[in-house]
Amino acid sequence: MKNHRKEMLQEYKKKEKKKRGWIKLSQLTILVSFFLAWEVTTALRWLDPLLFSSPSRVWALFLDRIQDGSLFFHTSVTLFETVLGFILGTGVGIIIAALLWWSPFLSRVLDPYLVILNSMPKVALGPILIVGLGPGFTSIIFMGALISVIITTMVIYSAFKGVDDNYLKVIQSFGATKFQSFSTVIFPACYPTMISTLKVNVGLSWVGVIVGEFLVSQQGLGYMIIYGFQVFNFTLVMLSLVIIAILATCMYQGVELIEKKLIRHH
Amino acid sequence: MAILELQDVEKTFFSLETMTTAIENINLTIEKGEFISFIGPSGCGKTTLLSLVSGLILPTKGQIILDGVPIEKPTPETGYMLQQDYLFPWLSIEENILLGLKILDKTSKEEKERPIKLLEQLGLLDKLKNYPYELSGGMRQRVALVRMLSTDPELLLLDEPFSALDYQSKLKLEDLVFSTIRAHKKTAILVTHDIGEAIAMSDRIILLAGRPGRIQNEFIIPKQLSQELPFKVRTSDTFNSLFQKIWKEMESSEESS
Repeated sequence: MKNHRKEMLQEYKKKEKKKRGWIKLSQLTILVSFFLAWEVTTALRWLDPLLFSSPSRVWALFLDRIQDGSLFFHTSVTLFETVLGFILGTGVGIIIAALLWWSPFLSRVLDPYLVILNSMPKVALGPILIVGLGPGFTSIIFMGALISVIITTMVIYSAFKGVDDNYLKVIQSFGATKFQSFSTVIFPACYPTMISTLKVNVGLSWVGVIVGEFLVSQQGLGYMIIYGFQVFNFTLVMLSLVIIAILATCMYQGVELIEKKLIRHH
Repeated sequence: MAILELQDVEKTFFSLETMTTAIENINLTIEKGEFISFIGPSGCGKTTLLSLVSGLILPTKGQIILDGVPIEKPTPETGYMLQQDYLFPWLSIEENILLGLKILDKTSKEEKERPIKLLEQLGLLDKLKNYPYELSGGMRQRVALVRMLSTDPELLLLDEPFSALDYQSKLKLEDLVFSTIRAHKKTAILVTHDIGEAIAMSDRIILLAGRPGRIQNEFIIPKQLSQELPFKVRTSDTFNSLFQKIWKEMESSEESS
């Protein structure tokens, strides 16, 4: 009786494995053919290699820049700024959201200002930041933070408010203080929202930092892009883009790791 | 000895457009160890009354006295059980039932033993490390019962705790809650719209009439019934005649209002 089930289970597992294999293979095929097509079309001059560069050129430049150490320098500057801007934007956003939850008066007072700040294109504030904080990494980090802080505040605050009142009833019937209610119910109940905000903020802080580096134009991957653009070295632009894509993906994976740790039972 | 006294209690809710009086003229004394049920049509202010007793909201007029002290905010003296279990999904069963003690900063080993022992009595000790989503509805409500009793409150407030369960689990849980509460000699107030449940579980039934909610009538359940387990009460002859009596009274109040 039980044997036929075991066989079916084996069969099912095999099928599932095969399916996964096909998905991985298809993904790899897309990646390889993209680079292959890029290489071939530029080699045959269907696309102008001066404008679109080519994988082999990017690779050569990559090796070159690794040897002189400049790539590592620019990449680490940008990564540092992005991670800090990301943490700052998300952290401050959550803190402001907590304050708004704590004081309904404050939240009603600040409501219209949040709406204005949210609809404002934050990168337009770039020049003012640079004037105020100086043309260095401080203003770039602020740019990375600024771009995500308001939306984080709004999303997390509405998540705080959306927690089912009955959970609060339970905890308050034990005589919990407002702080205890926040730390044992409101905050942990919103972990899933916080994680999805983190995921959005990974992308946002990259935008802020790259634009900031465009404006300051001293160092970092954003500087490499704008410099490559100005001297018509598109291989440099492409190299920067590829590195940004890889790093942003790594950061996203990092957030997913946190997600797995934090939200096991929601 | 009276554990709870409601003196001329009234609650009105205000908004910019309207004001609604949920209950008025409520005078009631509840003795220690009594099991009381509030029944009545929806909108008669049953849950408002319970929230008032719990201290989650304050009356607009009159006062509520628990053990000689007017209630001004939620106290650990009262336990609250809701329609759904509202176990915290991110906490294990153990963490859920110890939460109240943690809030009260009573985390000594002896204090923790109480709820764990109670969980054992309700047959769920093996679920200690599980999470709420792994349990059935009836099990979860049993855990909620343990959580309510974990801080050893004197007065238990039950807000339709069986209404979200299937019929079989509901009957079983009625017996379990009843015998647990009796064994610990607690005072309990049950809010329900189920007449049968009220008769099966209580010593005394308070019938409320709606809009604004007020006490319409009171029924004392005969001693020989109120001492029995709810399931047994449901099968007795007196149960049916009581049911008819309360049913008629409820009907007549709805017609007149």
